Amino acid sequence: MTRPVPFFTLLLILAVPLSLLAGRVWLDPWETPNAVVILAELRLPRALLAVAVGAGLGAAGAAMQGYLRNPLADPGLFGVAPGAALGAVASFWFGYAASAWLLPLFALAGAGGAMALLALIAGRSAGIALFTLAGMMIASLAGALTSLAISLAPNAFAMSEIVTWLMGALTDRGWAEVQLAAPLTLAGIVLLRLAGPELDALTLGEAAARSLGVSPARLQALLILGVGLTVGSGVAVAGIVGFVGLIVPHLVRPLTDRRPSSLIVPSALAGALLVLVADCVCRVLPLVTELRLGIALSLIGAPFFLWLLLRMRREALL
Amino acid sequence: MSGRRLACAGLIVGGRLHGVSAILEPGGITAICGPNGAGKSTLLQCLAGVLAPDAGGVLLDGAPLPSGRARARRVGYLPQTGEIAWDISVAALVGLGRLPHRDRGEAQIAAALAACDLAHLADRPVFSLSGGERARALLARVLAGAPEWILADEPLAALDLGHQVALLERLRAAADRGAGVVLVLHDLALAMNHADRVLVLDQGGLVVEGTPEEALSEETIRTVWEVRACWLGEPGGRALATG
Repeated sequence: MTRPVPFFTLLLILAVPLSLLAGRVWLDPWETPNAVVILAELRLPRALLAVAVGAGLGAAGAAMQGYLRNPLADPGLFGVAPGAALGAVASFWFGYAASAWLLPLFALAGAGGAMALLALIAGRSAGIALFTLAGMMIASLAGALTSLAISLAPNAFAMSEIVTWLMGALTDRGWAEVQLAAPLTLAGIVLLRLAGPELDALTLGEAAARSLGVSPARLQALLILGVGLTVGSGVAVAGIVGFVGLIVPHLVRPLTDRRPSSLIVPSALAGALLVLVADCVCRVLPLVTELRLGIALSLIGAPFFLWLLLRMRREALL
Repeated sequence: MSGRRLACAGLIVGGRLHGVSAILEPGGITAICGPNGAGKSTLLQCLAGVLAPDAGGVLLDGAPLPSGRARARRVGYLPQTGEIAWDISVAALVGLGRLPHRDRGEAQIAAALAACDLAHLADRPVFSLSGGERARALLARVLAGAPEWILADEPLAALDLGHQVALLERLRAAADRGAGVVLVLHDLALAMNHADRVLVLDQGGLVVEGTPEEALSEETIRTVWEVRACWLGEPGGRALATG
């Protein structure tokens, strides 16, 4: 077992400055014209946004897997990301997406709506199964409404905008998005970390956790808020970025003592690193248009998921 | 570890318990026995505060059972399932018993590991343990919390004879220090030989309560379990012969 927090912190400290140089045009701070402007107005906010989005998704994935006691759990199960996406799509649909603030605010409103609905359905004493099913139904409903909005888009341009946005990207983002996402993500990670001891207790099952003083209602509230803030703000500024919450806790878990509480902060750091690197890859690849971040991560994530399933099947057979 | 009286009055849990009342004294081992579906685990869950009854209540030291961590510090509960979701170390598993206290409790964890003969396995991942070692680790988790009451649902089921006796000796030591120990037991001979009091449940109701000789009489076994059986041997070393 290594010390994952210093390890990933060190990697991030190395990766962020390097990522500032990476792009279709590699930047030389001393030679490139307007290097300071490019760094300050384009690449630095984009790198910080990658860090914020990845950190939120990583921490949310770790918390979700701890809560559901299932290594295949993903933050998307709560329906927050589809809710946020629906909100953002609504802003396109009604023509508000041109404003820098309105699109993310619509997305946050969608995430908030999904969280409120989840809290309402789950109620005061809901078990984990009902809670998860409620999240999946909300995700399904939001997904269906998003598809409906796309199919009924007022014009082809809006439809194209929506579909492109849903693929997830950090292109053309600036300090406004950083100012929105960073504090919300940080607050979400703090809430998820506060839930750590309760998630540890859940290792022994729901009944044992309750006997250890865990309040299911408090835990659910912390998770709804924590996942809502991290994932909701991530979707609001970057669109749907999948698989980070699934992959990262798996990669980090062997480096920890495997308690859910000790996985949250390292997963946040590793998630930040993964999204930062993936975004750099998107920028550097010599394609006609920049590869969308969501697509890049899905291309990495789906084979990983299959490998995970095959490994689990092999272990089950042993 | 000084226990206070634990009592339940008129516990009703839809379809599973039909008005069970009992008073459990600390400083001894109480066994809850009964056939499958009698309501033993449901009663234990109500006593532990992890299942809210539809009617009736549980009193600890004359006051309603506290909630949350205040209750968890006083009442330790070991469920039957033995579920462990993640491959944490034995020491980390036992350390979960200190969660209600919000401290590291290293001395208590070390004592619980020693009491369950697990000190040499402290750093081992739990998934690498045998079934018996895992059962001992789960009990050590409860002991690490040093609760006034230890409520365990079939804690001996996965253990071989030697570890059953060893574990009962550890629970007896906890009872001798003043804790109350309540065990759901299927093995009537273990209840007869090691419990101080026995509650016999059947179809969600309390049939009889008393000393092992009173509660587990051959007549009761015939009525409740519908088995003709007789006790052999001397008190403290009795065996149940059926047929």
